[in-house]
Amino acid sequence: MTSTTTPGPVVRTAFEQVLDPADVISDPVQCRAYECDGLTGYRVTPALVLLPRDAGQVAAAVRVCADLGVPFVARGAGTGLSGGALPVADGVVISLARLKRVLEVDPVDRRAVVEPGVTNLEITAAAAPYGLYYAPDPSSQQVCTIGGNVAENSGGAHCLKYGFTTNHVLSCEVVLADGSVVTLGADTGEQAGPDLRGVFLGSEGTLGITTKITVRLLRTPETVRTLLADFPSVAAAGDVVSDVVAAGIVPAAVEMMDTLAIEAAEEAVHAGYTLGVAAALVVELDGPAEECDVQFEQVKAICDKHGCTRLHIAASPEERAAIWRGRKAAFAAVGRISPDYFVQDGVVPRTRLAEVLDRIAAMGDAAGLRVANVFHAGDGNLHPLVLYSAAAGETERAEKLSGEIAELCVELGGSLSGEHGIGTDKACSMPKMFSEDDLAVMARVRAGFDPKGLCNPGKVLPTPRLCGERPGKYRPHPLEESGVIERL
Amino acid sequence: MTGFDTRRPPERELLDDCVHCGFCLPTCPTYQLWGEEMDSPRGRIYLMDLAEKGEIPLDGPFTEHVDRCLGCMACVTACPSGVQYDRLLESVRPQIERNVEREQSDKLFRDAIFALFPYRNRLRLAALPGALYQKLRAIPAVARLAERLPGRFAAMESLLPPVSVREAFARLPVFTPAAGERRARVALLSGCVQDVFFHRVNEATVRVLAAEGCDVLVPREQGCCGALELHAGREHSALTRAKRDIAVFETLDVDHVVANVAGCGSSMKEYGHLLADDPEWADRAAAFSATVRDVHEVLADLGPRAERRPFRGRVAYHDACHLGHAQGVREQPRAVLRSIPELVLVDLPEAALCCGSAGIYNMVMPEAADELGARKAANVRSVEPDLVVTANPGCLLQIGKHLGRATPLLHPVQLLDASIRGVPVPRS
Repeated sequence: MTSTTTPGPVVRTAFEQVLDPADVISDPVQCRAYECDGLTGYRVTPALVLLPRDAGQVAAAVRVCADLGVPFVARGAGTGLSGGALPVADGVVISLARLKRVLEVDPVDRRAVVEPGVTNLEITAAAAPYGLYYAPDPSSQQVCTIGGNVAENSGGAHCLKYGFTTNHVLSCEVVLADGSVVTLGADTGEQAGPDLRGVFLGSEGTLGITTKITVRLLRTPETVRTLLADFPSVAAAGDVVSDVVAAGIVPAAVEMMDTLAIEAAEEAVHAGYTLGVAAALVVELDGPAEECDVQFEQVKAICDKHGCTRLHIAASPEERAAIWRGRKAAFAAVGRISPDYFVQDGVVPRTRLAEVLDRIAAMGDAAGLRVANVFHAGDGNLHPLVLYSAAAGETERAEKLSGEIAELCVELGGSLSGEHGIGTDKACSMPKMFSEDDLAVMARVRAGFDPKGLCNPGKVLPTPRLCGERPGKYRPHPLEESGVIERL
Repeated sequence: MTGFDTRRPPERELLDDCVHCGFCLPTCPTYQLWGEEMDSPRGRIYLMDLAEKGEIPLDGPFTEHVDRCLGCMACVTACPSGVQYDRLLESVRPQIERNVEREQSDKLFRDAIFALFPYRNRLRLAALPGALYQKLRAIPAVARLAERLPGRFAAMESLLPPVSVREAFARLPVFTPAAGERRARVALLSGCVQDVFFHRVNEATVRVLAAEGCDVLVPREQGCCGALELHAGREHSALTRAKRDIAVFETLDVDHVVANVAGCGSSMKEYGHLLADDPEWADRAAAFSATVRDVHEVLADLGPRAERRPFRGRVAYHDACHLGHAQGVREQPRAVLRSIPELVLVDLPEAALCCGSAGIYNMVMPEAADELGARKAANVRSVEPDLVVTANPGCLLQIGKHLGRATPLLHPVQLLDASIRGVPVPRS
């Protein structure tokens, strides 16, 4: 009758024996609040939501899942953009939101031990009194959790210089699919033998649930210099990026936004972006003051050489913060200029930035849709946002364009995803990038960790069921429309 | 079929503005407390969306999670997509009050609150036994009895402000002339709870405004502004009060109608929107709302004129949610405080987080309110202030309850008043 199955009392009772019964949510209305993450196009109501309070309860809950053959999906703040935390019907969601203690900050060895529900920014806040910080900075850093960052191997604006999450996680305590607890990696950094920590990082919740993470902390840079430069064309801004890198400068971050993205961000935060320009670059340098000053002059000269129309240098930490607020709020801010949008996450070699942007613009024109671009230009990680109106019947066209853009990135020698993960969203595109052999090896690794296939099933690797459905925003199943079935 | 009735259901476009990014989660007090999606702004909007589509009923979990919202509007500040959660909540709460049958005990408790608080004269009468009770409370046997009160009543008891009978029955002058050259002519909302339990704040407000060059009018016919009812979804009686106050204030020839209570100012600024579909009142309400200012807005706009004596000490300013989040008034109170020489202004950690007062919240949801109150008090202690100031009586009582008596708690105008008059700063 319905897509939701009420769990048998046996299953619920089993969880209630290892968790406080109040922390086992079975009310169908309450469970619906968990039916999607940051990608709302896919929605599945879980049978139960579990809210464990410590690592022991997580392990106990997973053991129950293993014993009873119940699939489970871990969830942090639910901000993922690839549907990685999409629940499984008849399965449980294990929320890590209550595991949010910073267990230890060790300023001498420069590391912190945290629970998975701690937000990315809270780690930096805890480290700040010692002049330290946690480097990877996804744009959602104020809300996304470190557990989710580990699952997605999240990046961020400053990963150009400092590397992704995997470069900053020393070890993880992991609850495996059978409920056993292991530690992957070591607090000392390098470890003999296969790098299982490296396998786990970025496995999108398919190999286990992390319950304790030891991260590396860095010293807060002595100097930070930030500039915002406007350009008459996206190509000119792209050339600046290539020239800066060719000059041997490693900026902390190089971000680009186009006209539409600027309009949205400026409307949201009033950070002083110029409305109407074709492209804006945010370039940030950090490090020792002398080095920063010299390189900053070089960057300014390169900007001028490529026809920069306005160059604004952040004069205070507040101005710098405002520039970043605009950049980091850009995705959500696009909600102000379009009722609906798809976010892509493709990567291209940096040298092909101008080319890919020209082609995206042409594809957008051909499809009659607007595409906003906001991206990590320094490492070629694009985030084209295809704007559309579902109410105006543009969904299908937008979906097609979005898929074509991702595949264009692969065609140009890049990747389907830079940092948002494959999740549910791009699982069907995996064969465009990987051979059958590649995918078979991935499946075998996964089966090694999770032989029963209970751990976030249906994500990352394509399955026939998933690929039979079209991606995109939620739309009723044909049987739902005809009144044969109903959603609860 | 939507579960809402036809009177102002949450608007589809407003629901669609939410892109589910989750930027609101860290700033939401209930998500901070419980870590449950349904008790976050994103989750509540999700449930509103389902209810609007008729996929879930209004009673049960939907009402439970909307009830648990403090209405602090921190999410509105945090939202990059410009979601108007304030408007959504404002339309959903009356829907619940009209269409969901509450449990008898809950209904009686809420009715009792609203039979007392908006009425100045009833509050004055209540102040008499209140004052007597507080004297008796010093007797150990009475104190022991008080400790055995059940949850919600214990919460009310512990929030009872120090009652002074003299203060409860005092009245503000109807007209106070500006000192020196007049710079503005304003009318003051004296309020209900404020005028009975915090009359001293009203007196200080009148003195400060006059000292800064304002003629101050306090019409006797005015009543409660309806904020408490409005924020709890009792729309009909709130709007009746709104109309009465509009009628009283619109006859006065003033530049501004001034509020010194965050919640009152916020709701009076909303009258225009709330009465927009009432042909008789729409224009009058819009015109009225356009004149409403928080007292700090007026003082900051005028700029300091009266001489200030120094205050040597650290002053922590707590942003009342209905001033910071709901009205966007954050800089002006700070500017006003900085006009006092030698005063050291300190900000609080987690400043955007509600203290748990939230209108009637700390009476109907005492456990959650206590956790938030304790957290706010810990944040206040961490900056070691000599004095805490905030512009809302609810916050003053709530923070006072959790902070204890060691640190004086005042409305900012009380401090400014003492500075201008050159008298010692009061203890409360």
